[in-house]
Amino acid sequence: MNTVFLLAALGMMVSIALAMIRVVGGPTVLDRIVGVNVIGSETTVLLLIIGYLFNAVSMFVDIAIAYAMLNFILSIGVTKFFLRRKGRSLHNTQKD
Amino acid sequence: MSLLSWIVTLFLMAGVFFFIVGSVGILRFPDFYSRLHAAGKCDTLASALVLGAIALFGLRDFDWNSLQSWENLRVSLKVMMIVLFVCVASPSATHAITKAAFIVGVEPWEKRKRNR
Repeated sequence: MNTVFLLAALGMMVSIALAMIRVVGGPTVLDRIVGVNVIGSETTVLLLIIGYLFNAVSMFVDIAIAYAMLNFILSIGVTKFFLRRKGRSLHNTQKD
Repeated sequence: MSLLSWIVTLFLMAGVFFFIVGSVGILRFPDFYSRLHAAGKCDTLASALVLGAIALFGLRDFDWNSLQSWENLRVSLKVMMIVLFVCVASPSATHAITKAAFIVGVEPWEKRKRNR
């Protein structure tokens, strides 16, 4: 059963790497926000799998709850900040 | 392996499959809104599948008299609470991002624009 969890964790890390490409090279700011949101919710799951691999899941589940809430607040907050910012340019190339 | 281990394995593999499909969708779709579609839907389903598998795995070898079993049950209930929270929070976060994109004025993708 440990092997199955390890394989699942590896697949999820591949998925995080694929989403990270969009975060690094996304054309607009909103693409990056979506990528970070996906990476956050995958990290929530990955934390629980790490908990089972280390036999300490009763500790890791609390961290996962906190991370899920933090991920939600992060995406809402960054979106609000993006809307209230002056200029609201989609591409973050500053043309001063 | 027991029956529960097979079910857990099935759920885990399905969840990882949907995570990878969602990430490929984020990479490959041409438009911001369709990327958001791939991200939001696959994310909720895949999280629910993998977390449900983890919660089921905590219930293996349940014994009424051992304290460790009840501890595992408590952990499983907490994991199911994460599933409930994600099922509420992830669509609303996606909705907020979509609304921001709509206010800013991101244009939807059309096939004709490619040939310009």
